[in-house]
Amino acid sequence: MAEQTIGKISPNELLSETLRLKNDGYRLVAISCTNKEGIELTYSFDKEYDFINLRLNIDYDTTIESVSLIYPYAFLYENEITELFGVKITNISVDFDSTLYRIGVKTPFNEPKEEK
Amino acid sequence: MDKRTIIPFGPQHPVLPEPIHLDLVMEDEVVVQAIPQIGYVHRGLEKLVEKKDFQQYTFVAERICGICSFMHGMGYCMSVESIMDVEIPERAKFLRTIWSELSRLHSHLLWLGLTADAFGFESLFMHSWRLREQVLDIFEQTTGGRVIFSVVDIGGVRKDISEDMLKKIAALMDTFEKEVKEITDVFLNDASVKSRLVGVGVLTKQQAHDLGAVGPMARASGIEEDMRTQGYAAYGKINFKPIVAQSGDSYARTEVRIGEIFQSMDIIKQCIAIMPEGEIKVKIKGFPNGEYFTRLEQPRGEVIYYVKANGSKFLDRVRVRTPTFANIPALLETLKGCALADVPILILTIDPCISCTER
Repeated sequence: MAEQTIGKISPNELLSETLRLKNDGYRLVAISCTNKEGIELTYSFDKEYDFINLRLNIDYDTTIESVSLIYPYAFLYENEITELFGVKITNISVDFDSTLYRIGVKTPFNEPKEEK
Repeated sequence: MDKRTIIPFGPQHPVLPEPIHLDLVMEDEVVVQAIPQIGYVHRGLEKLVEKKDFQQYTFVAERICGICSFMHGMGYCMSVESIMDVEIPERAKFLRTIWSELSRLHSHLLWLGLTADAFGFESLFMHSWRLREQVLDIFEQTTGGRVIFSVVDIGGVRKDISEDMLKKIAALMDTFEKEVKEITDVFLNDASVKSRLVGVGVLTKQQAHDLGAVGPMARASGIEEDMRTQGYAAYGKINFKPIVAQSGDSYARTEVRIGEIFQSMDIIKQCIAIMPEGEIKVKIKGFPNGEYFTRLEQPRGEVIYYVKANGSKFLDRVRVRTPTFANIPALLETLKGCALADVPILILTIDPCISCTER
């Protein structure tokens, strides 16, 4: 398996680390969310095929800052995560207030997992 | 400031094959701002990973989109293979590359047809789709399917292509090249076509970078980035360079996709010329445990497959970031300042796939 860089950060470091990468010329590739044992957010960046990730582990009650002031187009990723997982993100530049997707179930990806 | 009006565009519109809605803020005939609304057909396919095991999910991944279904399945399999440290056979890598490039070929021909239809050149639309049918025929002859192929699997591919069929495909590529050139010459040189594309919806290189554009959308603005150059599947053994244009307008996006049509044919011929003999699949043992991000180049641009596994047969998470999702902010930028009549063309020049976006 090829090595992939995933650096762990705290919520307090999110904006400063993101800004550092933006100033280094990195492009925000995606923001991904997993809900196993709390919320795990992964911010992925690329610069000339150099692919790095920032990992943030938080609980459901923690509110994090939007990175859309640094990467304006992050608003789509952040709205999606808010709507599907119920993650609390403040100051999203274009906040759809959980209406990005027309889904009938509130935070569907945050439901308790069924017994397999 | 002139009086502003809001014109709702979509979700149903003659040029839109799939539903997307834009609120267009207008000053007279000029778009000042565009506010997107998606989510009309969100299917929650990523959530299905809780119900289907990691091998069954290959079939779900293929159904994310009917245009690049093969590459969706392949990207998912590549992530699982990376987690399980599985090296697939060389022949399988070449077969995956051939089917990937055939997918790009038919996707770009589909896009050319839709674009011709959008600017009212109906015969060009029909010729584009007539040629695309030949690619779908190859799919049918090699996989049994025209939309969903089900040939990619974790560990390789399920079906081989016979030597006779490979020779037939190589010969077809030669004649196909001449036929495609007849229509692409019209796209690139016809005055009525150029009047709808040249200088329309300019996205500068800096804007493309700042807005995270990917694929032909970014390459048409001078960004030389193509995930295939990283050598996944058999691309490391193939001689090619990313197709790039500089002007960043709708014409440049057409130019890049047309260049990629001919490039795909060349890559397919190169693959057939050096296709190795041997097995097409290795047996998988155990369950995946770990996480991996796979990035590959779909017809619409870079796509990401994130897979997180826990050592059981059910995965914790599959996340797909599709190229259309990444290109929406760039689309909104190109719409600013354009005429209302150019909105359909500009939406089409990102080659939107809402099915992918609302996976």
